[in-house]
Amino acid sequence: MKFYVPPQIPRLALAFAIFITLFLVLRHFLVPDTFGKYGHYRAASLIDNAQPEIHYAGQQACFKCHQDIEDKKAQDVHSEIHCETCHGPGEKHVVSSKVEDILKPSGREFCGSCHIINAGKQKSAINQIDLNKHNVGKNCIECHNPHQPWEMKK
Amino acid sequence: MDPHYQHLYDILAHSQGYIFPNEIELQWGILIVVYPFITGLVAGAFILASLERVFKVRILQPTYQIALLTALSFLLVATMPLISHLSQPQRAYEIMITPHSSSAMAIFGFVYLWYLMVVLLLEIWFDYRHSMVVWANEKKGIMKWVYRILTLGVSDISPRTVRWDRKMGYIITVVGIPSAFILHGYVGFIFGSIKANPWWSTPLMPIIFLFSAMVSGIALVMIVYMVITYFRKKVIDLDVLDSIGKYLFFVLILDFTLEGLDQIHRIYVAEESFEIIKLLVSGKLYLTLFIAQGLVGTIIPLITLVFLQFYKHKIRVRKTMYFIVSILVLIGVYSMRWNVVIGGQLFSKSFSGFTSFKVGLIGLDGTLMAAFWLILPIGILAFLLWLLPPWRMVKEEEEI
Amino acid sequence: MSQSTSAMGNEKIKTSRRKFLKTATVLAGAAIGYSWLKSSQILLFAAEPKDESLPWYGIVIDIQKCIGCGNCAKACKNENDVPAEPFFFRTWIEQYTVKNDGSVNIVSPNGGIDGFKQTVPDEDIFKSFFVPKMCNHCAKSPCVQVCPVGATYVSPEGVALIDEKYCIGCRYCVQACPYGCRFIHPVKKVANKCTLCYHRLKKGLAPACMETCPTGARMYGNLRDKNSDLVKFLKEHTTQVLRPNLNTGSKLFYNALSSEVR
Repeated sequence: MKFYVPPQIPRLALAFAIFITLFLVLRHFLVPDTFGKYGHYRAASLIDNAQPEIHYAGQQACFKCHQDIEDKKAQDVHSEIHCETCHGPGEKHVVSSKVEDILKPSGREFCGSCHIINAGKQKSAINQIDLNKHNVGKNCIECHNPHQPWEMKK
Repeated sequence: MDPHYQHLYDILAHSQGYIFPNEIELQWGILIVVYPFITGLVAGAFILASLERVFKVRILQPTYQIALLTALSFLLVATMPLISHLSQPQRAYEIMITPHSSSAMAIFGFVYLWYLMVVLLLEIWFDYRHSMVVWANEKKGIMKWVYRILTLGVSDISPRTVRWDRKMGYIITVVGIPSAFILHGYVGFIFGSIKANPWWSTPLMPIIFLFSAMVSGIALVMIVYMVITYFRKKVIDLDVLDSIGKYLFFVLILDFTLEGLDQIHRIYVAEESFEIIKLLVSGKLYLTLFIAQGLVGTIIPLITLVFLQFYKHKIRVRKTMYFIVSILVLIGVYSMRWNVVIGGQLFSKSFSGFTSFKVGLIGLDGTLMAAFWLILPIGILAFLLWLLPPWRMVKEEEEI
Repeated sequence: MSQSTSAMGNEKIKTSRRKFLKTATVLAGAAIGYSWLKSSQILLFAAEPKDESLPWYGIVIDIQKCIGCGNCAKACKNENDVPAEPFFFRTWIEQYTVKNDGSVNIVSPNGGIDGFKQTVPDEDIFKSFFVPKMCNHCAKSPCVQVCPVGATYVSPEGVALIDEKYCIGCRYCVQACPYGCRFIHPVKKVANKCTLCYHRLKKGLAPACMETCPTGARMYGNLRDKNSDLVKFLKEHTTQVLRPNLNTGSKLFYNALSSEVR
């Protein structure tokens, strides 16, 4: 007599085989193409992440046209501050100079956003101004040229 | 102000101390409370069923199929709260096709499938196969075909073949016990492995989850057994209740000890996070931890169960007490899930402040949705009991 | 049905079934084999290919230089289209104020974008400082470890990135980040965080926060290049990462980090 195989076992095995095959076939079609090329992720996602447009052009782009400002800035304490820190994102303006979305901030509040007194700032990091005492009522840029702060205007 | 973000401004107004700005909104809401609760019921109910089968606790026989079907109905729903809380539920399949082997959540998909397909479905199938063949022959019309499909077309019910059903069923139960342990231990690991969160990150988490799962599963089977017997207008077997109650008592003691151990350890080593956790448990979690989980869910049931071991008089009173104890225990375990999931997100990872949480009623992450996922398994259970009534099963001769 | 009549039929069924089983097994085997060949590596913990020709980015933040102006946080939101509401930040600034009684006051109103107002009177202050926060671009990222589908990863340049087309929004990574750097983007409905302006790096530009920092408190550079300014800075200063006990392999190094900071 042959070895007895209970009939429910091969039937179940068949059901499981179908299920697993189906899963593997589905998986084959669903796994993204570039998945696993460099690691456990979609390699194409690296390209996706490099895609977004920039808003800040970087100061070298500014200096291509505004060399005068570059020269001026280089001579004073604001030399390390990049243009877009105060003037806002400039990529659109770089692409087409017709787009005039460059900020030209002025006023005590704006300069104060860096220069206001706060115990959190190191003395060496920045000149701190007490806005309540220093030439109250005057706009900073009446005396200071923001590109060259110590070249005082009259 | 965009009204779309109004609720976040409200939470911001209720936050205390300093929290990281991205921490205003709780990422895991009530659905993630429901998820380990449901999975726990599955594991617990299955372990109770295996007691009868593997350890030959004959007295639990009337609850064997009930426990299995209860486990199945809850397991079928177990992943639904998870999927419905995803921001991109249509991409959920990615967990199965590109599972990240280092992610506790990814491997859960396979643990779940293993448990559903290999353990529960197979065990129930082998258990019911004989009966389903008989029913397929008895019934007429569509039901005949339903049973025939369920048997996968195998109509052999010779004693030799049926003996194999039992043999396979036994093997699967033996495999099933560690599987049930893994299933729910794993859920604990999903939380326990997050080293960024000191309230979750403890190696005891899987074990605590496992024992609270057994507590809740046993309590649920007790309730289901009583309700079913009531609807069938049969007499509840007090011996069954007594022995379930005995197991409930032992497991509850173990669970209580483990959780106590975890807290004592926390208090004694008093790590970096101790101050904020002390504030958490004495403040925002006071009601759900000490009252709901501790007093209502653990202390009162323990005392009552001890009392029931000695008090052997009025049957009606004892039945009612068992029923109430089970409900209390379920409330306690649900609160435990809440304390873990919600509690772990209430304090900032800066350890310097708290955000706040209010469950919404509607919406994908609201109370109604959570209630739906809790009620649906009961509907499924009713259907399964109708389709596969344990009390109409074909009686077989006693096992070897 | 009696046994004798069914015997013949059973035999027939058995042969055809055997044939079918055979075919099914071969098919299944082929499918398994092919699937394994195609992408066996993605089932395993994929090893990071260390391409020496690419930079391995690190970041330095000098707490002594930060003046809490908020330009970095503002520029980050502009550059990366992060919603303006005060619940979503790829970078933000905290002000710590240690009082004379030993208590610590931490604030970050709107992530520091609108600047800071010191509310503690000068005579009560023991010390005070600003701490800019951003993604630490950990080499052993807990967020990457827990992502169930591989939708977040460390790029070959050492930048922790998110695959917005693949993220399922389970929020496990948000839970796993000890630094609170991740959030769910309210419009895109996927996880979001600092990319070190990967799109700018690829164009040879500095990250927006560093482009707009007026004091040069933030620096990025190639950790592989022993002559880079970043490596020189690390050599000359005593720097520390946040939460060193968690062993996240953080590549964001703070100069002059005080013990109160978490």
